[in-house]
Amino acid sequence: MTGALEAALLQRRETGGKCLVPYLTGGLGELWLETIQAAAVSGADAIEIGIPFSDPVIDGPTIQLANDKALALGVTPQLILDRLRGSDIGVPTVVMTYGNIAYRMGYQRFASSLAQSGISGCILPDVPLEEVGPWTDAADAAGVETVLLAAPTTPDERLVRIANRSRGFVYGVGLLGITGVRDQLADSAKVIAKRLKEVTDRPVLVGVGVGTPTQAVEVCEEADGVAVGSAMVQRMLDGGGPEGVAELIGEFRSALDEHY
Amino acid sequence: MSSEAPHDFGHKNHMADPSAEGRFGEFGGIYVPETLVPACQELERAFRSAWADTAFRDELKDLLTHYAGRPSPLTECENLSRELGCTILLKREDLNHTGSHKINNVLGQALLARRMGKTRLVAETGAGQHGVATATAAALFGMECVVYMGAVDIARQELNAFRMKLLGSEVRAAESGSKTLKDAVNEAMRHWVAAVETTHYCLGSVMGPHPYPWMVREFHRVIGDEAAEQCASLLGGGTPDVVVACVGGGSNAAGVFSGFADADAALVGVEPAGGAAVGRAVPGIVHGSHSYLMQDEWGQVLEAQSISAGLDYPGIGPEHAHLAATGRARYEPVTDAQVVDAFQLLARTEGIIAALESAHGLAWIVQAREELAGKTVLLNLSGRGDKDVAQMMDVLA
Repeated sequence: MTGALEAALLQRRETGGKCLVPYLTGGLGELWLETIQAAAVSGADAIEIGIPFSDPVIDGPTIQLANDKALALGVTPQLILDRLRGSDIGVPTVVMTYGNIAYRMGYQRFASSLAQSGISGCILPDVPLEEVGPWTDAADAAGVETVLLAAPTTPDERLVRIANRSRGFVYGVGLLGITGVRDQLADSAKVIAKRLKEVTDRPVLVGVGVGTPTQAVEVCEEADGVAVGSAMVQRMLDGGGPEGVAELIGEFRSALDEHY
Repeated sequence: MSSEAPHDFGHKNHMADPSAEGRFGEFGGIYVPETLVPACQELERAFRSAWADTAFRDELKDLLTHYAGRPSPLTECENLSRELGCTILLKREDLNHTGSHKINNVLGQALLARRMGKTRLVAETGAGQHGVATATAAALFGMECVVYMGAVDIARQELNAFRMKLLGSEVRAAESGSKTLKDAVNEAMRHWVAAVETTHYCLGSVMGPHPYPWMVREFHRVIGDEAAEQCASLLGGGTPDVVVACVGGGSNAAGVFSGFADADAALVGVEPAGGAAVGRAVPGIVHGSHSYLMQDEWGQVLEAQSISAGLDYPGIGPEHAHLAATGRARYEPVTDAQVVDAFQLLARTEGIIAALESAHGLAWIVQAREELAGKTVLLNLSGRGDKDVAQMMDVLA
């Protein structure tokens, strides 16, 4: 059965377009929910919502700072999920957080809380294929799509297993490194997209190191779409508010729509 | 030494090798970003092959003997024993080159890194002992080395930060979070994610993703093996009644415990009261493994608080969580004030200035002296206290 997240991305791909999935930090500032709602009407196909964690090892300085600020404001996973519950976002949402947040609440309770809050998917970047079983048991039962990451270091046979187990889309990590905007798109970004496209029919999105509309257009020569995090979060940190983030998403959307 | 079964645990096997999934009981595993999974798997294969290779073991043994100064002595403390009413034996890891047990592990990992064709090392450090040891091995092997150290720890362990620079390593301050060991681990992992093709992560404790908790224990089991032999010789074939070691991540404790896990000896790990991960017994996932972890009700990792930078860590190695869960070892907290007293006691009675980390073990012995009356207690003196003297001048002023 295809979940809402995967369905939305497939629909974009079938119309010949490229998928745009921005990442926004939950609980960052008073207008975080309005920012997500603004993103949804500005061209995002789905939205990643970060639940802050104290020790985000795959994240660079921008998302670390956003995490710290949100945590200092007293944000908890429950507060974020409570606010999302009953809020009509309009596009599918995916929570991105770390394993311990889900583990502490209990995988079953966390999965059912996501479902009750209308969240379609979940990404736990420090819970790889070897460890994901107990989580996917709970997530599958609750109807939550678990997105797995594939990295430039992932061997071919493992890439197949990751693509097979992933739901919603397959998240290709664009470079060897942590999240953050780079001056140029790494060569590895298109390579991982191409490798994934050869082994899966699922949507293949590339993130980590995709920080500008130009880079998004470039990686989409191979990928079905992009996940854009630090650039969006930087706009939130700069006080851009819902309008500023919507404007940036609009720039990515226009660039992708012009080329594809 | 047989290359297949180098150690005979007997039938009990309380500190057996982990499962194929890297678990000790329910604890351990490999909770790292996908980018690092293939590197951890490559490391596991390389370690298995090296550890079964007599030539590798001989080369490591040669380094431990002629470079690090092993075996380290066992010292019977007559004055202290008289004062406390039990027989106290110290395993003198403080007398190793670089001043702590940490050298055992880094020489093993540096040899392994070279065998794997890696040219760079990255490490985290708390008090700086592991950082200094890694910088030393990097100098010896002609490798480039970057050490992450919390900004707070650099301030309180200035000398060790300078030592690493003298040894040719680059010291980078971890400015995120609590700016201590936990954050240095985060930064080292982030560095490794970006440099994994050329760089070996020389992790300094029995923590992190599989195979680290197992591999680091194996590189430190020389402490326990030597101590068991030395105790047997001193005690007419007997073993100590109690084996005591301080625990942050738990590397020196894992090393000494491994020599006595299947013997008739109680095992006691001593945690700082402000960093007692086992004492709180809440399981969690951070830094690559499933273990006990200080955290709030939502899973946010709490900051440990300890006078000793080397124990200022909110987690503990997964095998210790397993040893606690099975009851084979117990874990006891001591306060900073008890540690300061024990630090002075050992200096005054035995002429040994211990690392503040190691003084935790003695602080528990002092606290438990009634329970220990007449018994023989082996304390792993994991490091020397030169690095702590400036800090203690302020504390005792």
